[in-house]
Amino acid sequence: MDWLTEPLRFTFMQNALAAVLLAGLNCALVGTYVVLRRMAFMGGALGHTILPGVAFAFLKGFSLFWGALGASLITALSVAALSSQRRVREDTAIGVVLAGMFALGILLMSLASSNRDFSAIVFGSVLGVTMADLVLIGIVTVIITITLILYHKELELTSLDPEYARVIGVRPGRMRLLVLILSALAVVSAVQVVGALLTIALLITPAACATLLMQSVHRIMLVASLVAVLSGFAGLILSYHYDISSGACIVLCATACFLVAWSYRLIRTGV
Amino acid sequence: MKAKRSHLLAYHGTCIGHHHPEAAAVRIEQLSARYAAGNPLALEAVSLSIARGKRVALVGDNGSGKSTLLKCLAGLLTPCDGSAEVLGHRPGVCRHEVAYLPQRSSLDWDFPIAVSPFVLTGSYVRLGWLRRPGKAQRGRVTGAIEQLGLKPFARRLIGQLSGGQQQRMLLARTLVHDAELVLLDEPFNAVDDASRDIIWEVLEDLCERGRTVLMATHDIARYHERFDRVVTLENGRITKH
Repeated sequence: MDWLTEPLRFTFMQNALAAVLLAGLNCALVGTYVVLRRMAFMGGALGHTILPGVAFAFLKGFSLFWGALGASLITALSVAALSSQRRVREDTAIGVVLAGMFALGILLMSLASSNRDFSAIVFGSVLGVTMADLVLIGIVTVIITITLILYHKELELTSLDPEYARVIGVRPGRMRLLVLILSALAVVSAVQVVGALLTIALLITPAACATLLMQSVHRIMLVASLVAVLSGFAGLILSYHYDISSGACIVLCATACFLVAWSYRLIRTGV
Repeated sequence: MKAKRSHLLAYHGTCIGHHHPEAAAVRIEQLSARYAAGNPLALEAVSLSIARGKRVALVGDNGSGKSTLLKCLAGLLTPCDGSAEVLGHRPGVCRHEVAYLPQRSSLDWDFPIAVSPFVLTGSYVRLGWLRRPGKAQRGRVTGAIEQLGLKPFARRLIGQLSGGQQQRMLLARTLVHDAELVLLDEPFNAVDDASRDIIWEVLEDLCERGRTVLMATHDIARYHERFDRVVTLENGRITKH
């Protein structure tokens, strides 16, 4: 038991744990819709395209959080705008925006004095989470939770049957944009925890794991949240004791959960 | 005050109670429609009037324009020429009074939802934003599920149903929608005889309650006498009333 609680004597570990739990919750809740709507590629793109925002914020000297959020929202809105007329398929739009934003990020990073300045963003630095960071991540949790509660029935209907949704006056395009904006918020809240390159794992893996086990959106959200929270806690404790990268550890714990769920499903269905 | 709040929470395109009981269920004049600019016309100068309470079949081969016409009436497709009125309104204005049963292919059948909550989505049109279904809506769902013989499958995932059961489930949602005009797109497609009989019973019950039914089908031979009128479409034009 001491092995589990001993690291939490330190304030920086307490902050890190709170950040991991909140960011995990954000990603698991939004990730459920990202997975059910088959938008995983978009989730990955959002994580990678924050680079120009972060680099720009760094060069101009304002908060990296707002830079990341701005770039993430620009990505979400650009993809929605490009694919709205159906002249460009959504996966193509994501590819174009992802490549463009990533290239812009590299260009802006090359203007900065040293690439090392961005390693915390690329690979995460959960042990450096401050109280101000926690407040921002907490605000994102509140926004995501309230939005999902208020618009649950419309989000579910437009994911399941967009044509009927249009018949009754709910616009599927707007609900899709809402999912993209919530994904952008969730990804930005997870950047400091696991790093930009691995945010896709927090967004997709817990939800993908839960879809293997549960048969309703509510239950998938619940199990995905549990997987994210447990992976976050286990990953953080393991990284402390073995002095290894916390972001990678958290993601590998979530991946292990997915493999267990996948194996269970395989054995149970015999397929 | 309550009514005003109710209107604010209504989904896009709700007539906020301004009905025209004297208007025909459907009135179309020289209606033309296409799916995208530059595409050939899927409907060309179609005129049609359907009185309330009638049961009308839209018959024709694949690509004859049956689904296109239903989509125009449901407000899913904007016509490029002509005019259309549904219950005295432009299509897409009185959405809670127009129910549409799509072809099965338009749904994500792998989505994790059971039959009962799926049928409950038919109540959303009258709830609007922010309001959740209550006892009254759940009671209607139970009634519709029983009427369509789906009670044993109420907790089953929608993707685990047979073709006939899926079609009955879609019709159950249409019943919960509780609309004046019911648009059905190929409800008998890939449906077994038992499901057909149940669906017919429900449609007859709807007409007895004064509802208008407009059904696109290419399987008319066995059921010709059950319709008040049969309209034939060919290459986007009406060839026979």
